[in-house]
Amino acid sequence: MTIQARFELHKKDFSLNVDLHIPARGVTALFGPSGCGKTTLLRAIAGLEHCPQGFLQIDGMCWQKETLFVPPHQRPLGYVFQETSLFPHLNVRQNLEYGLKRVPVAERRVPLDKAIELLGIAPLLARKPHKLSGGERQRVAIARALAVSPRLMLMDEPLAALDLARKQEIFPYLESLHRELDIPVIYVSHSPDEVARLADHLVLMEAGGVSASGPIADMLTRLDLPLAQGGDAETLIEATVSEHDEAYKLTYLDFPGGRFTVAYKDLPVRTKVRLRIIARDVSITLEHQSNTSILNIFPATVDKIAPAGSAQVTVRLLAGNVPILSRITRKSAALLDLTPGKAVYAQAKSVALLA
Amino acid sequence: MSLDEADIAALFVTLKLAGLTTLILLLLGTPLAWWLARSKWRYKFLLEALIALPLVLPPTVLGFYLLITLGPNGPLGNLSQALGGPSLAFTFTGLVIGSVFYSMPFVIQPLQNAFAAIGSRPLEVAATLRASPLDRFFTIAVPLARSGFLTATVLGFAHTIGEFGVVLMIGGNIPGKTQVLSIAIYDHVEALEYGQAHLLSGGLLLLSFLMLILVYAVNRRFSLVRQ
Repeated sequence: MTIQARFELHKKDFSLNVDLHIPARGVTALFGPSGCGKTTLLRAIAGLEHCPQGFLQIDGMCWQKETLFVPPHQRPLGYVFQETSLFPHLNVRQNLEYGLKRVPVAERRVPLDKAIELLGIAPLLARKPHKLSGGERQRVAIARALAVSPRLMLMDEPLAALDLARKQEIFPYLESLHRELDIPVIYVSHSPDEVARLADHLVLMEAGGVSASGPIADMLTRLDLPLAQGGDAETLIEATVSEHDEAYKLTYLDFPGGRFTVAYKDLPVRTKVRLRIIARDVSITLEHQSNTSILNIFPATVDKIAPAGSAQVTVRLLAGNVPILSRITRKSAALLDLTPGKAVYAQAKSVALLA
Repeated sequence: MSLDEADIAALFVTLKLAGLTTLILLLLGTPLAWWLARSKWRYKFLLEALIALPLVLPPTVLGFYLLITLGPNGPLGNLSQALGGPSLAFTFTGLVIGSVFYSMPFVIQPLQNAFAAIGSRPLEVAATLRASPLDRFFTIAVPLARSGFLTATVLGFAHTIGEFGVVLMIGGNIPGKTQVLSIAIYDHVEALEYGQAHLLSGGLLLLSFLMLILVYAVNRRFSLVRQ
């Protein structure tokens, strides 16, 4: 169940050189600054960019090797482009059916109705693309890509052209895709927020190459990567809803390092959720504070410490083997005498529940 | 005052010539325009200049070379005779061949521009939706270039109707066979039959104007829809 991609491409002012192994399940985010080759890599996977010496194998299906180049229209993939890509001469329904009609009946696994329902576009079917808002167009484009029952979904910054409100409108649909359909997704993004909400696996790209790749929670807390060094360093934690407190309107979530308390969220017990903790919101104490308003306090050990700028450090803590990042001043680290292996308490001032 | 028999024959010859020429140009010109719009061949500009030549060349020059080529001693005339046909000069077939060259830029350029304006994105999208190259051409490129097709058709047709110099050089002026309206008008003026010249000229003026109104009105609507 893996995707193997090896591409080399040299253009006038850009070259791509990647050798990638990623899981063929869940959402893999290709993350990096503009111009680092994310889109080119995605296009090469789709066959829209021809890299002569490439190799590409998706879950056992070979799409490209020395003697083989499957043209894009014969690859069972779905592609969502960055900007509007609906055919202007067709209405929404005809756009949705364009790909579907070309897929043999035996290979159709995503019913059109399901795609329409998942993206909430039933009221738009008779409209022409120019009568839709940007967010609606992108939802139709996603449904259209789903309707071909892809074995692999490629999404090139599908939200980049939208304003914040439209992004918020589409996010729930993307998250439900993730939950309800078992289609691997490769998602290009340069937004840390999108990556934190959607990705299971993260591929960091830089100057046409892959600089690191791994499960999202590990990648975010690796002190040797730029993610943990930036001002918005954060930790993602998978937790399970354990119970609700009706009196205080709270929800309790368990993870291997303890129990989180967050504002009430209407989710069934045992639902798996993703929590995000900004490193700046995590402070460190040597003793368990009892006279504090902070509820989320966990015993932890210091794993590693790395400088973050001249005045601050990022501390990687392990709470029940789950890494949590804390951003504190270098002075605090010195006063607390933090060294790897030291037992401390991590206090999270705020915790965001992502899904 | 009404049209005489020769004028009516000239009208039919003209319409048949323009219709046939436009049809041939659309059939041959569409793939050529597509190739010109998509190809990255570095010497493409040579071909583009060649196609644009009839725009600037005096029709008599074009007509002269066509006469040489199509006549009994020219390569095409020879070929036609070898196949048991007549020499192509002074025949309707010769006229069609001449008109195809003469009106070529008026059909190819609008098509090429329309295809180029589509860009590669819609075709890539179609490719990711399982459409083969030919499928993409007919279901995406052609509908999106429809305003180009309309412009090409009307300009090709109208321009062929207005042809004079080339026809005179290679078609002669055989009533019912190669006499077209523009030449009939010239003959009427020569013979001081101003009434009939007026009738035919006014008719052509009106027809041409109506066709162009159609093109501009429909293209305006297309662009409003597209915006």
